[in-house]
Amino acid sequence: MNGDPAATAPGVDLAMEGPAAPPRLNGELVFDAPWQTRAFGMAAALVEAGQVEWTHFQAALITRVRLADSSAMDTGVPSVYWQCWLDSLGDLATDGRLIDASAWSDRSERLAGRPSGHDH
Amino acid sequence: MTDHDHDHDHDHQPSAVDPAIRTEALEQLLIERGLVTTNRIEDLIRHYEEEVGPMNGAKVVAAAWLDPEYKARLLEDGAAAIAELGFGGAQGERIVVVENTDDVHNVVVCTLCSCYPWPVLGLPPSWYKSPEYRARVAREPRAVLAEFGTDLPDETTIRVWDSSAEVRYFVLPQRPEGAAGDTVDDLAPLVTRDSMIGVRVVPSAAK
Repeated sequence: MNGDPAATAPGVDLAMEGPAAPPRLNGELVFDAPWQTRAFGMAAALVEAGQVEWTHFQAALITRVRLADSSAMDTGVPSVYWQCWLDSLGDLATDGRLIDASAWSDRSERLAGRPSGHDH
Repeated sequence: MTDHDHDHDHDHQPSAVDPAIRTEALEQLLIERGLVTTNRIEDLIRHYEEEVGPMNGAKVVAAAWLDPEYKARLLEDGAAAIAELGFGGAQGERIVVVENTDDVHNVVVCTLCSCYPWPVLGLPPSWYKSPEYRARVAREPRAVLAEFGTDLPDETTIRVWDSSAEVRYFVLPQRPEGAAGDTVDDLAPLVTRDSMIGVRVVPSAAK
């Protein structure tokens, strides 16, 4: 019963290395790819650090989910939801000038161009 | 053999790239700028996956089953009573606890997105975020509950609570007959996450 989230977590030992976080909640998969977990963790870390307001993030997420509802969200694929999450985070990070939108897209392009043998 | 000659717009729509790569790129940039650290991200992920699991909520439920005074406080001011047990934090500022009885069964949804009482239930399950659940449970709760294997008597009133950014709902399920135990540690393991969302009841203690 510790008040401070994760303050007690000692060294982190590759908890997120697997291709998908193992189901922990009554057998239900919460994430179905590691990037979704990272996107979640990044948002939590930015909020905790005071770089992003939780309420702003939530508003951005609602907007993104509403947009997605009319199209791809209807497929019910978890990754669609987590893409909304990632885009919301990106919206806030770029609007709040934590990073440049162009820096993000350039870096993404660069990473996408890695040789195909790159597998992690 | 990726073709990188293609021309594309750069107007804030980098989403043509795999989200895994976009996530990695964002993380790199945030780390380079000193805004987050890998360790902190991983600590927080672990925290929400393992420590802030549904077990926190289960302890709250068990405490309410055992202590009528605690239960009264819980129903009066959910967040404050939950804080008594040491749980709180993001998305737990205002938690309203709704009690299942013989006459009323409560179920929680967030029709807008996925508002959820993290401090007591951890991360929401994937179906909670699905458009289907969000749309249908308000419209036809009895049918949705039946699909979860929860068949309620016709006389039971079903109340659907729509969580929002302001208020998160948390169901206090009924203690099943035969659920023996005098301590929170005895009873909490019986309480399932789904019973605290309200899509199922707490299973009878099978011996």
